[in-house]
Amino acid sequence: MKPAPFKYHDPKTLSELVELMSNLEDAKILAGGQSLMPMMNMRYVTPEDVIDINGVNELDFIKLENDHLTIGSMTRQKDILSNQKIFDKAPIFREALNHVGHIQTRSRGTIGGSLCHLDPSAEIPALASLYDASLTVVNREGSREIHIDEWVLAYMMPSISDEEVLTSISIPVWKNPHGYAFIEFARRHGDFAVCGAGTLVEIDANDIISKVAIVVAGVDVKPLRLSTLETDLIGKKATKDTLEYACSSAKKIEAISDVYFSTQYRQRLAGTLIKRSLEVAIERARIINNDG
Amino acid sequence: MADNREITIKVNGKDMTTYVETRLSLGDVLREHFHLTGTHLGCEHGVCGACTVVVDGEPIRSCLMLGVQAHGKEVTTVEGLSKGEDLHPIQEAFWKNHGLQCGYCTPGFLTTLFSFLENNSDPTEREIREAISGNICRCTGYQNIVNAALDAAKVMKGS
Repeated sequence: MKPAPFKYHDPKTLSELVELMSNLEDAKILAGGQSLMPMMNMRYVTPEDVIDINGVNELDFIKLENDHLTIGSMTRQKDILSNQKIFDKAPIFREALNHVGHIQTRSRGTIGGSLCHLDPSAEIPALASLYDASLTVVNREGSREIHIDEWVLAYMMPSISDEEVLTSISIPVWKNPHGYAFIEFARRHGDFAVCGAGTLVEIDANDIISKVAIVVAGVDVKPLRLSTLETDLIGKKATKDTLEYACSSAKKIEAISDVYFSTQYRQRLAGTLIKRSLEVAIERARIINNDG
Repeated sequence: MADNREITIKVNGKDMTTYVETRLSLGDVLREHFHLTGTHLGCEHGVCGACTVVVDGEPIRSCLMLGVQAHGKEVTTVEGLSKGEDLHPIQEAFWKNHGLQCGYCTPGFLTTLFSFLENNSDPTEREIREAISGNICRCTGYQNIVNAALDAAKVMKGS
């Protein structure tokens, strides 16, 4: 349970970092270490070089400009949780981040680390999908932006080459006050979720759904946006029947199965969690409407 | 071709310098180089929480952080909680409430709660259970640990 020998590098700037990455053959980036370190301890991963980017301070920032929230890839999960700007503009982050691991892992774990590790049931990639986030990666030649849909190539495989590094994620926040909810089911609080569901919703004064986004994690190899259901819900009144409709259509998702949980079980969970998250989000939207 | 570095860490208020292999975890550095064996390594892959120490005010898993990454930082281990023979209120409360049996997980619970209670002076039972959700205990069933934490919170708030 100790990592195999490696050479340790700790660049202090982004340019030092990309230079190193273009020169090293078999390097792994060490961000918060909450996924890579266990894999190295168990020797699932035995890189020749480890590039610790915890000293690259320019990757640790939170910016809110023109309704775009930009978060540096080395921003710690605990800092996102406690950030008031994020809570004011995108309160679902706090609810979702509370499900990410435990206090000891959120102290170290970063937003970029989670986006690169890409666990199918992880909350941060689900949030990125919910908000149609775009990610910026950099190499020695320059940078490129990738939409979250194109970022996830396959099971735990992000669209990034060995010479590139994820530097930030940018999210268009919802301009108007809105309802939100992130609900998940795990065997123990903070464990990897079996399934999670996130919803953002705006309703008008007549209780009609005017804008909605729904994401589900843990049913596919990547977070799944339910765009067909979203389109169907627009213009519908926020009633019990509407919730039941969302539930039954979510149960038809093509879900993965593994030795722990079957496809049918995940479909039922997805349906139930989506219904519950929509219900809570609508209730919160109503409270906002009544207060306003 | 071992890759070594000299590091200095402020452990429990005292600067400590050593020469370590870069692949060594902070937990192993504390135990093997500084002989502070109060920090227990359980699972060594970030699940059990026994190895929790406080780095620059934040509780972290010392099996998932390299010793070299703690260079220049302040670390508090379970040895740093008591003042000489005087137990910290959290330790006192664990003792009074029978918050441990075998004691293997205890350093992790103490350091986690130490950091949590410093920042949350009036926690609810639910908040305490959430705070210790990353620590596994196979002896107590957690009830006495939660009771101890609630007791300690009262004492710490009063002082």
